[in-house]
Amino acid sequence: MVEFTLPKNSVLVEGITFEAPEGATNIRRFEVYRWEPDSGENPRIDAYEIDLDDCGPMLLDAIIKIKNEIDPTVSFRRSCREGVCGSCAMNINGKNTLACIKAIDSYKGTIKIFPLPHMSVVKDLVVDMTNFFAQYTSIKPWIETQTPAPSDRERLQSKEDRAKLDGLYECVLCACCSTSCPSYWWNNDRYLGPAILLQAYRWLVDTRDENTGERLDELEDPFKLYRCHTIMNCTDTCPKGLNPAKAIAEIKKMLILRQ
Amino acid sequence: MDYQSPLAKVRGLGSAKAGSHHWWLQRITAVALIPLSFWPIILLDLSYNGSYQETVTWLASPLNSICMIFWILSVFYHAVLGLQVIIEDYVSSEMWRIAAILCTYLIFFFLMLAAIIADLRIILAG
Repeated sequence: MVEFTLPKNSVLVEGITFEAPEGATNIRRFEVYRWEPDSGENPRIDAYEIDLDDCGPMLLDAIIKIKNEIDPTVSFRRSCREGVCGSCAMNINGKNTLACIKAIDSYKGTIKIFPLPHMSVVKDLVVDMTNFFAQYTSIKPWIETQTPAPSDRERLQSKEDRAKLDGLYECVLCACCSTSCPSYWWNNDRYLGPAILLQAYRWLVDTRDENTGERLDELEDPFKLYRCHTIMNCTDTCPKGLNPAKAIAEIKKMLILRQ
Repeated sequence: MDYQSPLAKVRGLGSAKAGSHHWWLQRITAVALIPLSFWPIILLDLSYNGSYQETVTWLASPLNSICMIFWILSVFYHAVLGLQVIIEDYVSSEMWRIAAILCTYLIFFFLMLAAIIADLRIILAG
């Protein structure tokens, strides 16, 4: 549902500024969203001044440096630091991206780091992904067949059929696209969102899967699928350069073609 | 305390097995409106710049009257389909959502009938 009034704990207050060490010449200011669930206080923006000559090139390097050397209370998710795990998705200067594959140099001036938009914050940059992953489970992201697997080899697929999965299998489920989608903001209880629909399409076009009709049946719903109004924020923000909007359009096309 | 699992919440009442028809009709009416919209533009132009008799004669011709009625059907249907989507987007309360959609349909159906009958009266009298 669209929200016209700000919910509790939405108004930001100014926090602490951690100044750069003396003698630093290449200083960059990072403003980070901070919220602690136990304190009952409104979220604050803490500022950290970092000497970039003594920091790795990526945004995640700067955030890890903040946690290791300046303020150990900052909470965030990270794992692979190379854009494969999808953990460090956050909103940086107003755009969702993976902090680990975004260079600090690609931004000018102060860098503002916020959690993914319109998600419940657990603490600081960590958001509650429960609903998102439940939605992923709901599309049955595994192969479904009636024919038993050949006893002596894998289920085969031609090179052309395999190529249909390119641009889909690369998705790491970071939720950058879904949380940038206004339709997902207002109706995430029922709309599956771009990330999950891209994953659904990945199983719809997999020639080894034998459950395409049932999968389409499940998606044919005014809310699950048709909340997509081709806003294209998903494609614009995807840090992996994928095109969820096109995948959704292809699902709509499949539903029309089978009529 | 809420003990329902996240998956149970997401799966909810399941798929409505609907939506494609609505989406497709909105596209069809949109395409139909591209050529049809020239007729109300001409009619508006005549209403401002032409005489009463000139306007009525233009509207009473078979092609113009059919296209005007076709435009009325398409534009009201397209509008009500679009408004339904907007209401579904922004009204989360089930009760208010259903009530708003129902009212929109009734109002637009009434307006559509009024427009067609007005058109027919001119054509038959003209």
